[in-house]
Amino acid sequence: FSSRLFSSFPQTKTYFPHFDLSQGSAQLHGHGSKVLGAIGEAVKNIDNITGALATLSELHAYILRVDPVNFKLLSHCILCSVAAHFPNDFTPEVHAAWDKFLSQISSVLTEKYR
Amino acid sequence: MVHWTAEEKQLITNLWGKVNVAECGSEALARLLIVYPWTQRFFSSFGNLSSPTAIIGNPKVRAHGKKVLTSFGEAVKNLDNIKATYAKLSELHCDKLHVDPENFRLLGDILVIVLAAHFGREFTPACQAAWQKLVRVVAHALSYKYH
Repeated sequence: FSSRLFSSFPQTKTYFPHFDLSQGSAQLHGHGSKVLGAIGEAVKNIDNITGALATLSELHAYILRVDPVNFKLLSHCILCSVAAHFPNDFTPEVHAAWDKFLSQISSVLTEKYR
Repeated sequence: MVHWTAEEKQLITNLWGKVNVAECGSEALARLLIVYPWTQRFFSSFGNLSSPTAIIGNPKVRAHGKKVLTSFGEAVKNLDNIKATYAKLSELHCDKLHVDPENFRLLGDILVIVLAAHFGREFTPACQAAWQKLVRVVAHALSYKYH
């Protein structure tokens, strides 16, 4: 999903000047895994995403300070990847649930911004 | 005027040639109404929209989805003149339909997701990028005549 993000929305690359962003790069792969891992934590603690991602929320608010608009862009690209990989499972209901879920994660990650 | 590279044009037209407009159109509109239920506000005359199953099977949704995506095909055929192509439709959506342009962006993104689901690996990041640009340009053209 990161190559989709950087191709479709090149402005998102500005947050990774220190990375090798070529497709297949180890850094990209590692970071993508981290992001998916955090999503996995949110899935496991779906009734307390705020608690599960508290540290990440502070990280994004005080250190990373990624503009909130980018969470929508990343969520969209994650949905595209999921749709492309699991077309039969990605029914409209599943799509709606995931859109809502990623939107919730985005809210949690930006809620300490100000 | 929008600048399209030869590669972008090819990615767009090649994929479009394989799209089943009736099927993708109705699926895109149905998903819009399911994923963002507030968009149903524009379709009170469509009858039963009470559940995802109802929405997907609703004949008016299917027909309208096909109509919308067919119109989208005009953009693909007129990539160098999208603003003019949608001038009248833009006025219609503003003056008669009263649609918030944000909805054009929502539907455009849903269309991209539907294409990803249909074409899988073939819908590469480069292909997606070209289509993201197209849906953005179409959304812009549709909101251009708003006042």
